[in-house]
Amino acid sequence: MADFSLWDILRNLLLALRWTVVLSLIAFIGGGIVGALLLFLRLRGGKAIGKVVGLYVQLFQGTPLLMQLFLAYFGIALFGIDVSAWTAASVALTLYTSAFLTEIWRGCVASIPKGQWEASGSLALSFGEQLRHVILPQAVKIAIAPTVGFLVQVIKGTALASVIGFVELTKAGSMISNATFKPFVVFSCVALLYFVLCFPVSLYAKNLERKSHGRRA
Amino acid sequence: MAAVLEPQQQPATSVGSPIVRITALRKSYGTNEVLKGIDLDVKRGEVIAIIGKSGSGKSTLLRCINGLEVFQEGSLTVDGKPLLHESAMAMRELRQRVGMIFQSFNLFPHLTVGRNVMLAPTLVKKRSSLEAASQARKLLARVGLAEKFDAMPDQLSGGQQQRVAIARALAMEPAVLLCDEITSALDPELVGEVLRVVESLADEGMTLLMVTHEMSFARKVSDRVIFMHQGRVHEMGPPAELFGNPQTAELKQFLSSLHD
Repeated sequence: MADFSLWDILRNLLLALRWTVVLSLIAFIGGGIVGALLLFLRLRGGKAIGKVVGLYVQLFQGTPLLMQLFLAYFGIALFGIDVSAWTAASVALTLYTSAFLTEIWRGCVASIPKGQWEASGSLALSFGEQLRHVILPQAVKIAIAPTVGFLVQVIKGTALASVIGFVELTKAGSMISNATFKPFVVFSCVALLYFVLCFPVSLYAKNLERKSHGRRA
Repeated sequence: MAAVLEPQQQPATSVGSPIVRITALRKSYGTNEVLKGIDLDVKRGEVIAIIGKSGSGKSTLLRCINGLEVFQEGSLTVDGKPLLHESAMAMRELRQRVGMIFQSFNLFPHLTVGRNVMLAPTLVKKRSSLEAASQARKLLARVGLAEKFDAMPDQLSGGQQQRVAIARALAMEPAVLLCDEITSALDPELVGEVLRVVESLADEGMTLLMVTHEMSFARKVSDRVIFMHQGRVHEMGPPAELFGNPQTAELKQFLSSLHD
């Protein structure tokens, strides 16, 4: 059996890192879109819709992401639909992300003083106009930092997709470790790559947070 | 059943239809009834001051007139059009006729002073931004803030912010202006500049309904004063009569408490 150099290990991990990035982006963009729709429903719809969305959020926040992945992978298959690991991981991570983002954003919208709704409403702005021109511009400023911060959670969350056979960074790591019998070296490299991916993102989030606090103070 | 005690009711001379007509209006929060049957007609160009203790329902009444509060019973019309909470279109119509100024100014902090004033006319009245800007400049000049067009709200004093809020409300050319304790959040030395603007509006014939704690101002500017007590119009009349010769024990007590 051929010997694996450290470079071989890293090179293969870097190839797999692509899929971690792609999966993170899918989850984040998909989750962002679904999360925004849910936010709109929650703001616009009546109490009943609000409760349903609340339950959705609780469901995804109250169960392990691992279970959500299992359910997406094996659950959808029960209906006779053949799901690839790609589809299952994308669906599960998108829904998971949407639940968290919609909750983060709801908090940001709720933190805008009621007077802003009342003043814009009194000026005869429609709900959409209030949201677009008055509420969201202020809420977005507050939301950027926690949203970017949550991106780190999503990136790390993609590691769990390895259990349903999705070959991303972690899965590639365990495959390489099985082939090389150097689990410590391999998983150190895996951890390092996650860190390289996540650290700039959280640094950026911290930076944004500091800026927005500075602006408000 | 409302407004039981007061000797002087509406002036008999109702020339023209009232601009605001409130009939048997009742509002409660849960089981707590805060407005217990209000009847009130406001004539075009009339200036009305609403006074009373906190919790008497005066702010709630004001907020019902532009639909910020939902009432359970009774009816309310502005310019003959009934207030319908279920219809977004009708609410939008109504709110174009009724402007409101708040205790806490509520300027939009992310927009410049000029954009604050321009926002609603460009969105709701579909004015071009050029038109809206020139209107905004005129209105800001009128409230004495012509040079603040490009300033951000947080660069202004409270009195200046409130004057911008007045200009913003006027930009929609409302038929009625509601003022909800608009000087209560101001430092004493800034109250005058805001009241002078309101007085000039009254002089120009704007229909005004204001909840206020500034009794001398109410006395000077208003055509009619309404004393609210426990969710009812308890006493109503011209300021000279109401302040000079209060009929009910509650109003007497309220007025004397102000002098302490």
